[in-house]
Amino acid sequence: MVNAIEVEKLRKEFKSYSSRSGLMGAFRDLFTRNYKTIRAVNDISFTVKQGEMVGYIGENGAGKSTTIKMLTGILTPTSGKVLVNGMNPHKERETFVQTIGVVFGQRSQLWWDIAVQESFRLLKKVYRVSDQDYKEHMGHVIETLDIGPLLDKPVRKLSLGQRMRCELAAALIHNPPLLFLDEPTIGLDVLVKLKIREFLKEINQKYNTTILLTTHDISDIEALCERVIMLDEGKIIYDGSLQHLKENWGEGKQIQFTFSKEVTDGELGALTSDLQVEWRKGEQANSWVAHVAPASISDVINRVVTRYEIQDINIHEIATEEIIRNIYEEGAVHG
Amino acid sequence: MDKYMEMIRIRFLMMLAYRTNYYTGILIYCINIGAYYFLWSAIYSGKSSIQGMSIEQMTTYVAVSWMARAFYFNNIDREIAMEIKEGKVATELIRPYSYLGMKTMQGLGEGIFRLLFLSLPGVVVTALLFPLHFSMNITTWMYFILSITLSFIINSELNLLAGVVTFFTLNNEGLLRAKRFIIDLFSGLILPISFYPDWAQQAMKYFPFQGISYIPSMIFTESFQGQAIINGLMFQLIWSVILLIPIQVLWKLAKKQLVIQGG
Repeated sequence: MVNAIEVEKLRKEFKSYSSRSGLMGAFRDLFTRNYKTIRAVNDISFTVKQGEMVGYIGENGAGKSTTIKMLTGILTPTSGKVLVNGMNPHKERETFVQTIGVVFGQRSQLWWDIAVQESFRLLKKVYRVSDQDYKEHMGHVIETLDIGPLLDKPVRKLSLGQRMRCELAAALIHNPPLLFLDEPTIGLDVLVKLKIREFLKEINQKYNTTILLTTHDISDIEALCERVIMLDEGKIIYDGSLQHLKENWGEGKQIQFTFSKEVTDGELGALTSDLQVEWRKGEQANSWVAHVAPASISDVINRVVTRYEIQDINIHEIATEEIIRNIYEEGAVHG
Repeated sequence: MDKYMEMIRIRFLMMLAYRTNYYTGILIYCINIGAYYFLWSAIYSGKSSIQGMSIEQMTTYVAVSWMARAFYFNNIDREIAMEIKEGKVATELIRPYSYLGMKTMQGLGEGIFRLLFLSLPGVVVTALLFPLHFSMNITTWMYFILSITLSFIINSELNLLAGVVTFFTLNNEGLLRAKRFIIDLFSGLILPISFYPDWAQQAMKYFPFQGISYIPSMIFTESFQGQAIINGLMFQLIWSVILLIPIQVLWKLAKKQLVIQGG
């Protein structure tokens, strides 16, 4: 099996300056500046196999976009080795970019003032796609993404959801074996999201396209990716299957109680002190959420219900988002 | 090459997308040529020639300078600066083409559009209003076409250079404004170089600016004859080659230390 992406000890440092405060500070900044080096990506290593769909997640500023920009050859790494589709993205930029497709959710790569089909036509020429291939492949893409009626409209007149579907189609004109998606579903409604996910699954199956996806919407990852790479402050803190993550961190249930009277943390803690449970204040008034290990579920419910008057009880599976939040709060993945 | 041709077409479409700009463009050219015509008529007032140029040659010089400007002038420096400022350069660098080459082609598309649809109608309108003298000599036209092509190359190279500097400064609005003014002044658009004092004329031999406007306009008005034409063209050719060097060097450096602004 060929690796689509091989990254070893990749590092990117930025030099940035901090402005001094006040008017005097601004004058001093004219002559000397306080520079400091920020390490946005800190010695990360991973490989992605051909045909994998990988979710690349992390908080804002964790270094996701910087990594993608290095993998696509836009930024030059400070140190480390990058091999994508068997090429060094910076050394052979023009041949290399023929083999990848990129969607940046936050910026358009279509030409703003002209009709979508003109952008497509230009990209078709740029990537030297033959008429036959274009008709066959793009005909299908246009149909699946349902953008046929949008083709003769200028990009500036499209809604965000319409534009995003066109962006995706534009990134696929040359049918690349590797697709980078940087927050492709940002700001989209549920229907468009579903459509895009369906479509990504389909091309992954049909062409064995490798997809690397960054997103803040965990449901995207749940729907698409078997594997996640989690990044925090430039370092990989988890690399493995989503399933594994859930089993290790998502054990137990969340039980939400709504009491009719005010209850304090201390009282609840004392009541269940010998059980494996963690209490947290809920979002509504008088509501508390218990994070309970499977063995203690019935005991917790039993004790709380007999002691207090309850208005409502809800039992949830622990959400992936919750798991990820826990991991970030602790800063690393154990086990 | 196909993709570069396509880019010229796209630029045409983009220029056509805003019709108001198009019509006001013609008007602005007529006003500019008209204003300079009256200015020069006042300066000549009765004299038959100044610095070896008759008033008719001078008004033609002005009209032709503006017409040529429509072709060589472009905003690719501003566009590069903008794309860097907004981080859009990222989407350009994932395309299998040379970024600077593509920008030059966009400039060419813009230039051809302006020449055909802005300045030709503009000159026709002005020719009806003011006495202009157009050469009927076919070789003059040939030299002129060759010369404005080189003008376009020199000016675009200067624009690329100014644009690429943005990769380092991240915001160079002031520099771009200064560059534009310097080019209008020293290229001979506002005043023919032969009107400058001797020391300034000597100094300007070491700068590429007169290759942008002065040389093609002098060729067109037949103020340059024989060897002077060849010298002028050689001057342009040499500069268009020399300027490639700093562009390549800066571009290499720029790519290395590129920062994508705004995430």
